[in-house]
Amino acid sequence: MSKLLEVTGLHASYGDFRVLHGLDFSVEKGGISTLLGANGAGKTTTLRALCGMIKRSGTIRYDGNDIGSKATEEIVRMGVAHVPEGRGTFTGLTTEENLECGAMTRSSRAEIARDMEQVYHWFPRLRERRAQQAGTLSGGEQQMLAIARALMLRPRLMLLDEPSFGLAPMIVQEMFSILRKVNEEEDVAMLIVEQNAGVVLELADTAFVLETGGIVMSGTAAEIRDNETIRAAYLGY
Amino acid sequence: MELLAQQLITGIATGGIYACMALAVVMIYQAIHHLNFAQGEMAMFSTFIAWQMLAWGVPYWLVIPLTVVVSFAGGVAIERLVIRPLGDAPVLSHIVVFIGLFAIINSLAGFIWDFTIKPFPSPFGEGSQFGGLISNHQIGMIAVTMTVLVMLFLFFQYTRVGLAMRAAAENPASARLVGIRVGWMIALGWGMAAAIGAVAGILIAPIVFLEPNMMLSILLYGFAGAVLGGLTSPTGAVFGGFMVGIIENLAGTYIPEIGGELKLPIALFLIVTVLVFKPTGLFGRTVVQRV
Repeated sequence: MSKLLEVTGLHASYGDFRVLHGLDFSVEKGGISTLLGANGAGKTTTLRALCGMIKRSGTIRYDGNDIGSKATEEIVRMGVAHVPEGRGTFTGLTTEENLECGAMTRSSRAEIARDMEQVYHWFPRLRERRAQQAGTLSGGEQQMLAIARALMLRPRLMLLDEPSFGLAPMIVQEMFSILRKVNEEEDVAMLIVEQNAGVVLELADTAFVLETGGIVMSGTAAEIRDNETIRAAYLGY
Repeated sequence: MELLAQQLITGIATGGIYACMALAVVMIYQAIHHLNFAQGEMAMFSTFIAWQMLAWGVPYWLVIPLTVVVSFAGGVAIERLVIRPLGDAPVLSHIVVFIGLFAIINSLAGFIWDFTIKPFPSPFGEGSQFGGLISNHQIGMIAVTMTVLVMLFLFFQYTRVGLAMRAAAENPASARLVGIRVGWMIALGWGMAAAIGAVAGILIAPIVFLEPNMMLSILLYGFAGAVLGGLTSPTGAVFGGFMVGIIENLAGTYIPEIGGELKLPIALFLIVTVLVFKPTGLFGRTVVQRV
C-alpha cells in the first residue's frame, strides 16, 4: 500500500508558543491511523496544522502534493474533510442545509442528492431531523451530523477530532461501526484523534502515541493495544 | 381617516427604504461584526452616478441596472482594498476607517458634483392614484423595495451561494472546513449591500433631493430599524425598517410637539430605547461570547 498522507517534521505554534516539535506520521491509502495521547499532548493542534488552520512548518504530502502552505478551503477542496473538535455545526441552519454545505465544493446535483440519501441511510436519525435547526439536536445527533456533513464532501481522507467525546457508550459503538463501513465501502482513509484509546484501537490499523508535542511511540494498532507498558504509561486503560 | 391612510402609506414607502438600508447594514454586520457608518455615503455616491448617467442622456431603464452593477463592483472593491487588510484589528480601528470612508466619499461627491441641491426625477413619473391618496412614486418605491427584499429572501433561502454566505457569516471556521471561500463571501456581501444601497438611494432621491448629505438621516433611520429588529437578524432588520418608517410618519403627524422638525430624534430615541430595554432587538438572538 502507498501513503495518502505523509507528514515529516511537522512543527506548529500558537503565537510564540511552540506546541508541536517535529512530528512524523502517515496514513495509508484507504487506511485508518489514530493519534493517541492525553489532554494537551497536541492532538487537536496536529489536525489543525494539517488543515492550515494554524501556522505550521514541515512537509505535509497529501496524494503526492505538498499542502504545507495551502489555505484551509483549498485543502478541503482536494478531498480532506475535517470533523473538528466541538463538531463545528452551523447551529442556525437546518440539518439538511448543514449537509448541503458539506457538498458545497461539488457540482453535480444528481450525485449530491444520491449521497444525501446514502448519508440518511447510514444515519436514519438525521432524516427524521432534516428540517430541524441543527442547534436543537442532541449531542450525539450533532456528532452524527458533523460526520455526515464531512462525508458529503466525498472525501478521500477524513480527519476526526475526538468523535466519541461526550457520547454515551452505545452511541460511540454505533458511530465507530458506521466509520468502519464508510472506510470499507467507500475506501475513505481516516486519521482519528482520540482519548478513548480502547475503542479506536479496534478500528485503526496504525497508531501513533503523542506526548507534549512529540511522537513517543508508533506501530500497528495491535502492537500498541497489546503492549501493557504503553497502555499503562500513556493510554491509561 | 384619509390622513391616517395617507400617513401609513407614506410610512410604508419610506419604511421600505429604511428596510433596505437596515438590511445592507445587517448583511455587513453579520459578516464582519462591525457597523458600516459609510453605508449611506456609498448609497449617496451611487445615486450621483445614476444622476450623472441621466444627465448624459442614458435612458432610465438602463441607468438603474448599470448603477446597481457599478455599485456592486464598488462595494467589492472597498472590501478588498480597505476592509480586508484590516483583518482582526480592534473595534476602534474599524470605526476610524469607516469614518474615514464616510468623509472621503462625502467630499469626493462634493468635489465632483458640488454641494448644491439637485432635483432627481422619479423613474415612475409624476402624478398619483386613488384620488391623490398615493403618488406614483410611492407605489413604485413600495413595489421595488418589496421585489428587492423578496428576491434577497429567495437568494439566501434557496441558492447555494446564498447558503454559503449564511454559513460563512454564522461560523467562518466551519465554513472553511467545508471548502467555502469565506473571504469572497464577505466581499460578495459588501457588493450586495452596496447594490441594495444604490437602489434605496435612487428611490429616496426624488423625495429628499440629491446632495452629498442626503443619506445621513436615511442611514440613521436605517440603523434604528436594524437595532429595533435586531442586528443579528436580516428579517428583523427589514421589519424594523418598515416599523421606523411608519412610527416616524405617524408620530410626526399626530403628536404636534414632534411635527416635521423633530422627526429625526425619533430614530435616535428608538435606538436608545431598544438598546436600554431589549439590546438584542425584537428578532435578534443573544450571542454569548467566551472570554
